[in-house]
Amino acid sequence: MSHAHGAAAGPPGWLLAAALAAVAVVLYLRAARGVRTGTGRPWGARRTWAFLAGVAAAVVAVSPLVGDATGGARGHMVQHVVLGMAAPLALVLGAPVTLALTSLPVAARRRAVRALASAPVQVLAHPVTAGLLHVGGLYALYLTPLYALTLRSPAVHRAVLVHFLAAGCLFAWSLVGPERTSRRPGLRTRVGVLVVASAAHGYLAKVLYARAPLLPAGNGHGVGELQDAARWMYSAGDVAEVALAAALFAAWHRRRRRTSVRRVTAQAAGHPAAECSTGTTSA
Amino acid sequence: MPRPRDASRTPVDRRRSMLVAAAVGVGLMAAVDEIVFHQLLGWHHFYDRSTSQVALASDGVLHAVELVLLVAGFFGLSDLRRRAALGRTAAWAGLLLGAGGFQLFDGVVDHKVLRVHQIRYGVDLVPYDVAWIGAAVLLLGAGAVLAARSRGGPA
Repeated sequence: MSHAHGAAAGPPGWLLAAALAAVAVVLYLRAARGVRTGTGRPWGARRTWAFLAGVAAAVVAVSPLVGDATGGARGHMVQHVVLGMAAPLALVLGAPVTLALTSLPVAARRRAVRALASAPVQVLAHPVTAGLLHVGGLYALYLTPLYALTLRSPAVHRAVLVHFLAAGCLFAWSLVGPERTSRRPGLRTRVGVLVVASAAHGYLAKVLYARAPLLPAGNGHGVGELQDAARWMYSAGDVAEVALAAALFAAWHRRRRRTSVRRVTAQAAGHPAAECSTGTTSA
Repeated sequence: MPRPRDASRTPVDRRRSMLVAAAVGVGLMAAVDEIVFHQLLGWHHFYDRSTSQVALASDGVLHAVELVLLVAGFFGLSDLRRRAALGRTAAWAGLLLGAGGFQLFDGVVDHKVLRVHQIRYGVDLVPYDVAWIGAAVLLLGAGAVLAARSRGGPA
């Protein structure tokens, strides 16, 4: 049981992931080299490093390095933490969507912008939807027979890993993505969603700890292993929450500085201190 | 980048200084509780089997709020400092009031009302509860004194 799980995505699966990652990195680096930001500066090195770190973390998480070395419930939890929390934040801070939009030809860029502004994307990328997919997915995995199914079927297991990463990215992007969508809710809503999602995550971790080895159903792991995994889930959730909150408030901090600089400039120029809206998210 | 204070343009924002520092105070006290009593001393348990589901869920929400308050408070303080609007006395008052307020809440609501967990197990709880709540009252008192002082002086 735990062997099938410990094999992570299996050699072909993880090689495919590595190949996809390599393509993403090449595309990103090629685009980053050519692009100039709105202020004419080259693409930020910090963004590039964040993206590379995110890709590397995701590949390591599905590689035999994690799967074989730790195996069982612990290995699964490392994958959940890295794919669902660490890698997504790094990837989102790498601003791949901004990079794609800036480097695409004009016609394609228009189509992409329209797609981003479309209703389905707006609904999907709303923090509430993203939070439900992200944390709700975990409830579905650990409180239903789905977990036992991932141990039997490599295909289901892979699908769960892909869901971790995709839902994690969507959630991180809905909260702190550098690309503004017209209908992204304000800071208060996003902080509220972060708190509720983190609380739900911590609650689930404690329930899993308390009800080991009954949960997840049909897991076949030992009690100690499951409790370790639940504790890691809880602690990593804290770290993820602090990291997301830091990214949220750091962006707020930068917006405040820009606003105050504009206000001072406007005053110096003799204009009324207009709180110019930049079309960015409301603070 | 700290700018010299220009009192005519950016007066000290006493209320906001106290508020964001209180957020940091709550977060800090929660972190001290978590690190010292849960992790180092191992007095409290990660999960107490007598804990009800409601208490467990409310504990989860509280913990998530504490972490966000800590982060939000630090950025709020940094913003005030940048605008030279940070009132030092008011901020210390807020920090102590926040820390004391959390301690009181933890001692009364978490331990006694919700019974999420106790301070220590297998001992007579009264001296611990008295120390816990006494510390809260001391912190709140010190905070109140500083708050009063910050109102009088030039902060």
